[in-house]
Amino acid sequence: MQIHDNPALKAEARNLNFFYGEAKALKNINMPIYDKKVTALIGPSGCGKSTYLRSFNRMHDLYPGNRYEGEIRFFPDNTNLLSSEVDPIEVRMRVGMVFQKPNPFPKSIYENVAYGLRVRGENNKRVLDDKVEHALKGAAIWDEAKDRLSELASNLSGGQQQRLCIARALATDPELLLFDEPTSALDPIATAAIEELVHELKKRVTILIVTHNMQQAARVSDYTAYMYLGEMIEFGKTDEIFIKPKDKRTEDYITGRMG
Amino acid sequence: MSANNPSDLPVVSDRLAKNAMRNVSERLIEGLLLCAAAVSVLTTLGIVYVLVSESFHFFQNVSIVDFLTDTQWTPLFDDAHFGIMVLVSGTVVSSFVALAVAIPMGTIIAIYLSEFANSKVREVAKPILELLGGIPTIVFGYFALLVVTPLLQIILPELPGFSLLSAGLVMGIMIVPYIASLSEDAMRAVPMSLREGAYAMGSTRLYTAIHVVVPAAFSGLAASYILGISRAVGETMILAVAAGMQPNLTWNPMEPAATITSYIVQVALGDLPHGSIGYQTIFAAGLTLLLITLVFNILGQWLRAKFRENY
Repeated sequence: MQIHDNPALKAEARNLNFFYGEAKALKNINMPIYDKKVTALIGPSGCGKSTYLRSFNRMHDLYPGNRYEGEIRFFPDNTNLLSSEVDPIEVRMRVGMVFQKPNPFPKSIYENVAYGLRVRGENNKRVLDDKVEHALKGAAIWDEAKDRLSELASNLSGGQQQRLCIARALATDPELLLFDEPTSALDPIATAAIEELVHELKKRVTILIVTHNMQQAARVSDYTAYMYLGEMIEFGKTDEIFIKPKDKRTEDYITGRMG
Repeated sequence: MSANNPSDLPVVSDRLAKNAMRNVSERLIEGLLLCAAAVSVLTTLGIVYVLVSESFHFFQNVSIVDFLTDTQWTPLFDDAHFGIMVLVSGTVVSSFVALAVAIPMGTIIAIYLSEFANSKVREVAKPILELLGGIPTIVFGYFALLVVTPLLQIILPELPGFSLLSAGLVMGIMIVPYIASLSEDAMRAVPMSLREGAYAMGSTRLYTAIHVVVPAAFSGLAASYILGISRAVGETMILAVAAGMQPNLTWNPMEPAATITSYIVQVALGDLPHGSIGYQTIFAAGLTLLLITLVFNILGQWLRAKFRENY
């Protein structure tokens, strides 16, 4: 791979291993994440792609017995996100996440989007109003939500809830946005809306997306990584991975002979 | 075996006969279950009937206006007064003191157990906490009278030997396990995905607990508070032992007073002539108590329905 062809790095996994207790779930992963690009992680169930994704915002720290080895370097400041000296809360302030199932908080639409800002100590009404509107527009849900900002978020449809969760993550201007199978609980129309949104968002933020759906990976991503049994089998430009995979295992997976 | 052999026919009718037997036994079981359910429903109806009919006789002698507005409760004196507010004030003040202890403490314990304690601590602490709920209330009553009151008298020298404050505080401690245990169940039922969402936004544990988990579990928390209120309002022994039993219209927890329940205990122990007005006061007081707890139960149902979260 010629580095000088590629855009700036946003993050890079270096010799990353991860253990759930004794079980090794990620095996020596090395992979770049390019700035303001969409990188898709594909692979069969249980291949470790979600585990890898959740390492970027230290979600594994929430549960006892989990252990990281190696580094995830975050640029431009070259911080090691996995260092025990780095506070996971600091990491999560910079790295946003959207989950598989929409998980709006039991609050109003407005308060859901304002949540991250309030966590960061922002309580100025005018600033909040402004950022909430900006985030809702960024997540393409402003038109549907603007007249019902004080309604409970659970009144929205599934697809709207997921876009609200994206707005919630966007409101704090994250540098990297993680998507963990964001459309697996949604119908095709809501899925199309999210995909369009991902395409739009990469102008502002670097995106790492886990997906089960290979067409989705092909549609939304610039780079694709294929993972299998905790290993990174192949990483490259999405076009190349899908048209001319170098590894036999990647080819088997994307042509549907496996997985 | 050929299909049109006539000897097959009895086999078929055997199966039908078995079905008939099964239907009978199913009916029998259904009937038994219905009887079991009916016992509890009929008992409730019977209690309500007795309370209402005896109270009806009572209210033929005493007007409802007097009952609700009189400021004295002296049913056994020659100059009898029947002001239920005297007893209600004792119940309200003691319950208020108890809930001022139990709701904050119970909620804090629940937040700790559900959001902060590791599983080892929780496995030990929760059963011990629930054990506290199994202590007979008479023991709590003597604990209030013989330990808590003397201790309080060190800080508050003018506190009498019997007081609503001391009984209420101990009653609060008695209720803590109920509120803590139910609230903890409600908070643990909040799906992990919601917590992960909050942590992913950079919140601390405390911020997640207060701003996401507590609102999500609110219907369960409200239900536990309502149960706590019902326990406080209906509690008898602690108040009979430690709060004194003289009817006293007061809103000051530092005074002794009778509550609805402790009055009933006191009078029911004496030998009142059946059908006398003193005898009927028991039922009027009981009906008042029933109505108060009914209001809280309805409030609890309403809160649960209004704030129920569907995941």
